[in-house]
Amino acid sequence: MSNSKPVLSSSLGRKLIMSLTGIFLCTFLIVHLIGNLQLFNNDEGYAFNQYAYFMTHFTPIKVVSYLLYASIILHAIYALVLTMKNKAARPIGYAQFNGAANSKWNSRNMGILGTIILVFLATHMYNFWWKYHNDQVPYVEYRTDLATGNTTAQEIQATEFNDYQVTTENNVEIIKARDLYKQVDFAFQNIGIVIFYVIAMAALSFHLIHGFKSAFQTLGVSHRKYVPIIEFLSVWVFGIIIPIGFALMPLYFYFVK
Amino acid sequence: MAQHMNLTLKVWRQKNDKTKGKFVTIQAKDIADDMSFLEMLDIVNEDLTHKGEDPIYFDHDCREGICGMCSLVINGRPHGPKYGITTCQLHMRSFHDGQTIVIEPWRAAAFPVLKDLAVDRTSFDRIQQAGGYVNVNTGGVPDANAIPVPKRIADEAFESATCIGCGACVAACKNASAMLFVSAKISQFALLPQGQTERYERAQAMIDQMDAEGFGNCTNTGACEAECPKGIKLSNIARMNREYFTAKFVREEDIHTHS
Repeated sequence: MSNSKPVLSSSLGRKLIMSLTGIFLCTFLIVHLIGNLQLFNNDEGYAFNQYAYFMTHFTPIKVVSYLLYASIILHAIYALVLTMKNKAARPIGYAQFNGAANSKWNSRNMGILGTIILVFLATHMYNFWWKYHNDQVPYVEYRTDLATGNTTAQEIQATEFNDYQVTTENNVEIIKARDLYKQVDFAFQNIGIVIFYVIAMAALSFHLIHGFKSAFQTLGVSHRKYVPIIEFLSVWVFGIIIPIGFALMPLYFYFVK
Repeated sequence: MAQHMNLTLKVWRQKNDKTKGKFVTIQAKDIADDMSFLEMLDIVNEDLTHKGEDPIYFDHDCREGICGMCSLVINGRPHGPKYGITTCQLHMRSFHDGQTIVIEPWRAAAFPVLKDLAVDRTSFDRIQQAGGYVNVNTGGVPDANAIPVPKRIADEAFESATCIGCGACVAACKNASAMLFVSAKISQFALLPQGQTERYERAQAMIDQMDAEGFGNCTNTGACEAECPKGIKLSNIARMNREYFTAKFVREEDIHTHS
């Protein structure tokens, strides 16, 4: 018996990368959903736009966000590498293959589901992240009367907007911000985008029902007490609550707002 | 009284590992429903031999489900339409008169077809030779309870050791991964006191060999566990991963500096 190859060039090392990046992306989804629940506030984006500014300018959050982009890329690249190796491991396929007899459909189609999610992410990042960072969203000014607490919102022009500002004049708090909320509202008036988002969230659901628990199996977690908890979280949190929570956002803007 | 049936077989015929194969349609006539699947193939082969044709080449040995020699993907499933049995334990009463049965060899780059339905499974042997053993002289029979092993651990090791190395896990896996087999072979030693000395070298050596043979990567679909004739559990794969990551990251021999 000999001492052996580096971890990351082994099958289990590659699986470890998939597992760790996958779990990290799952934890991100929890934070992302909770933060974006502010879209349901009927405040013309007062809370949401301040939150968007905080999330894009607070250094620790920025560091985590770069880790997040790296994780998405690593997860996709390793998935591609593993899939190609898996295809090479069976050069001649079966004429008849009854996968339904021994495994769940989503567990056999993680690549297809993942590809839908990746295309969704590209669209999603372009619609909101890229436009927000490249001054392609509207600007807004909120005036809050500190005596009464009433807030009014008004769209302002690019010339009136220098940077995100919070000032107080005559007992009135004035906040100038990029209006990501309006951009969300605008995007979700497009029925095509709404349908695509809902489909992508269905794909996310099926991906995570298998993916979350699979990540722990790869890490070697196999326990009669803890695996049922992981399976419960896979289905209820990552398969149901999170995808439905996200899917409600485009539906809310299209049908309710 | 046995019922008799006529069947249409679509069998993979391939001359040797150098040539391309193809499906050939063969009629199986007057097959009794209490025959095993392999006995059905014997009858077909007798018929082919009488006609002066080449009989269908397939692997078999003990014909009682313990040797792991028989294989065959039958209508899209390793060892046929039942769970928890090998092909030799499959009876023709699982099929009906007039049915078409598609019979294919195990499909994996690491299991090249030798002829027709027989594949070369020596890649499994090489994985075993890489570390699936205990490297000490066993000596005489030890006293009972000289080496205490808790009952549950002994049972678990025994269950892992029931793997017959047939390769149905690889055949069932969409990725042609051998991880259920390798994990069972690692587990049977990792759980027992006799396996401790070489525990982590073993996991690394066997996994390296598994990768070198060109098996695919597990995506935890569970197809292997469902199709395994011996009911080897997926928890073996989790255990194998623990062994491997422990070996790589927190192995006692490697975390200290030794002169």
